[in-house]
Amino acid sequence: MSKELFEKMAQSIIDGESEVAVALAKHAIESGIDPLEAITKGFVLGVNTVGDAFSRGDAFLPELVMAGEAMKAAVTTLEPEMARRGTARQVLGKVVLATVEGDIHEIGKTLVGTLLSASGFQVYDMGVDVSASRIIEKVREVDANIVALSALLTTTMVKQGEVIEILKKEGLRSSVKVMVGGAPVTRDWVQKIGADGYSEDAIGAVNAGKQLVGA
Amino acid sequence: MSKNIKSITNPKLSLNILTPNEVQRIHEATLNIIENVGVRFPSKRALEIWEAYGARVDHDRMIVKVKPHLIEEALKKAPPVYPLAARDPAQDLMLDGNHVYVGTDGCGVEVIDLHSGQRRTSCLQDVADVARIADYLEEVAFHWVAVSAQDKPAETRGLHEIKALWENSTKHVQTESIYNESEARAAIEMAAAIAGGREQLRQRPVLSLMQCTASPLGHDGGSLEAALLAAEAGIPTGFMTMAACLTTGPATMAGTLAVGNAEVIAATALLELAYPGAPVFYAAAQTASDLRSGAYTGGGPEDFLFGAATNLLSDFYNIPLSMGSFATGAKEPNWQAGIENSLSTFMACVVMSDMLLGVGFLHGSRIWSYAQMLMDCEIFSIIHKTMQGIVVDDESLALDTIAAVGPGGNFLMQKHTRQHMRDIFLPQFMDRRTYNEWESKNDDGRNWALARAREIHANHQPEPIDPRLSAEMTKIIIGAERG
Repeated sequence: MSKELFEKMAQSIIDGESEVAVALAKHAIESGIDPLEAITKGFVLGVNTVGDAFSRGDAFLPELVMAGEAMKAAVTTLEPEMARRGTARQVLGKVVLATVEGDIHEIGKTLVGTLLSASGFQVYDMGVDVSASRIIEKVREVDANIVALSALLTTTMVKQGEVIEILKKEGLRSSVKVMVGGAPVTRDWVQKIGADGYSEDAIGAVNAGKQLVGA
Repeated sequence: MSKNIKSITNPKLSLNILTPNEVQRIHEATLNIIENVGVRFPSKRALEIWEAYGARVDHDRMIVKVKPHLIEEALKKAPPVYPLAARDPAQDLMLDGNHVYVGTDGCGVEVIDLHSGQRRTSCLQDVADVARIADYLEEVAFHWVAVSAQDKPAETRGLHEIKALWENSTKHVQTESIYNESEARAAIEMAAAIAGGREQLRQRPVLSLMQCTASPLGHDGGSLEAALLAAEAGIPTGFMTMAACLTTGPATMAGTLAVGNAEVIAATALLELAYPGAPVFYAAAQTASDLRSGAYTGGGPEDFLFGAATNLLSDFYNIPLSMGSFATGAKEPNWQAGIENSLSTFMACVVMSDMLLGVGFLHGSRIWSYAQMLMDCEIFSIIHKTMQGIVVDDESLALDTIAAVGPGGNFLMQKHTRQHMRDIFLPQFMDRRTYNEWESKNDDGRNWALARAREIHANHQPEPIDPRLSAEMTKIIIGAERG
């Protein structure tokens, strides 16, 4: 019975069907199934299947994103039950994610968020045009392992460096890794501002994130 | 000194890419989107203008929904023909639907150094150096800011950049790197200084502005406010959509055309409502995102089709088009760059897009290459020649000459040959040498293009700007830096 349910869970992720995934998660809670098991024996297998197909070149980015969103929906549904049972999903790390102040470009940042969260990170996506002070506040509030900063414009890219400077001033720099991204970001820029990691695309951001937390 | 600008005009080639009915359907889909889905205008000033004209404005979400007739009526006020003026009036460009002009691409972040060949972060001197070479080249009709002056403060960087363009070239300056109200205000002052006053600037706009939209269906507040200021001053202004199939647009090309069209015509209508008759242009560089990475590709058949289709839309609205072409994703000048830049530019030319952006970049408009710049100019020259088609008349049929040579002779000695031989295209960077020569020299077009760029850079002296104008521009920039 559970085996069949777990298979359906995995399939809902493979199909990128968030609503089905949520319904299955609710069903699991009602049936008294351990939510952690639902994740590890069910939903995660779907994420892995899509991830493997992507690596082989058989699946494309939209499938990866849909799987990621379905996974997020399933986990969100299961979280209250995990809290009730006093268990928690093991996460690779906590990431505060934002597009920097003065910049409204969203899609790359959101894509990185979805893929990081599908890969097991806890992502706090603060949206676009976010001031350095709000980012720092959030880093402190959630005790983040990584702060990930996106910028599309050469003129707003400088804010990535400003966030790092403020982290230093506030004595937070040693406790949080900084990764940056966006079309104008180059390796030279990353070195110049002293960021810890960067990626030229969203898939690479997951690897960069994993490296930074030693996963 | 370079006075002549090479443009495509009176073409013999044409292409049918969309039927009038298909264009109409895209237009209707666009109006449907603007009326029912809405477009985000995150600017208080823009929202107030929309509200004053009776559009439905959601101030919290900053989304505007507009009835079709309001958009259509506003667009009718846009002038179909106007000039882009140059510091040297002989280099003015007429946007009249019968000229294709090429600019330098922008705005990159790295440069392959002209002398060392090393890739490095771009600076103000690079803007000046590119401008000087572009000033010389007949294929380049106008400037974009090729690379970002990253050694200047972000708040006034765009002003330093246009000053460098004017100081190093007499050609028209179009900036794509000024996207906030305060910088736009100072830029207009600088342009007025060059033109000799506000009214002269309106008659002869030596500056034009390009603003990017924020696909899907959005704009940047600073861009809108900069554009409104420019429209008020009579400075030609365009909104460029870079909607990309899969990510910022639907996976289907028609849907992505409609999304981008909604962004562009809604913002253009805003300018015409605020300042009726303001010179505006349509700008686009749609693409299809890469299926694996989601990245901007800068090439591929979708780009080529967008390049040809978009001019039908701008023609439908009767405003000039600035079209992205040449934007190869190649990392060095290679076969990919050759294919992508040739086909994208051919497709945009064959439908007579007014402005093409532009020459000189690698890696999806990020890395400036002087060699690529010169080779892109050669691509344009090849297309320029191709677009002239085949002339068929008594002179070109050459019956007398054919009779004079007869069977088995050759045409090398004929007067007719001497008269017409220079019609035949002679490439600068294509390898037509013997195999042995190629083998012994071991070089190719890339080396020759780079050598040519170095030669132009070393020898070409642009017509100097009046030092008083330079000083005036400096004063304006200092004023802007003080806020």
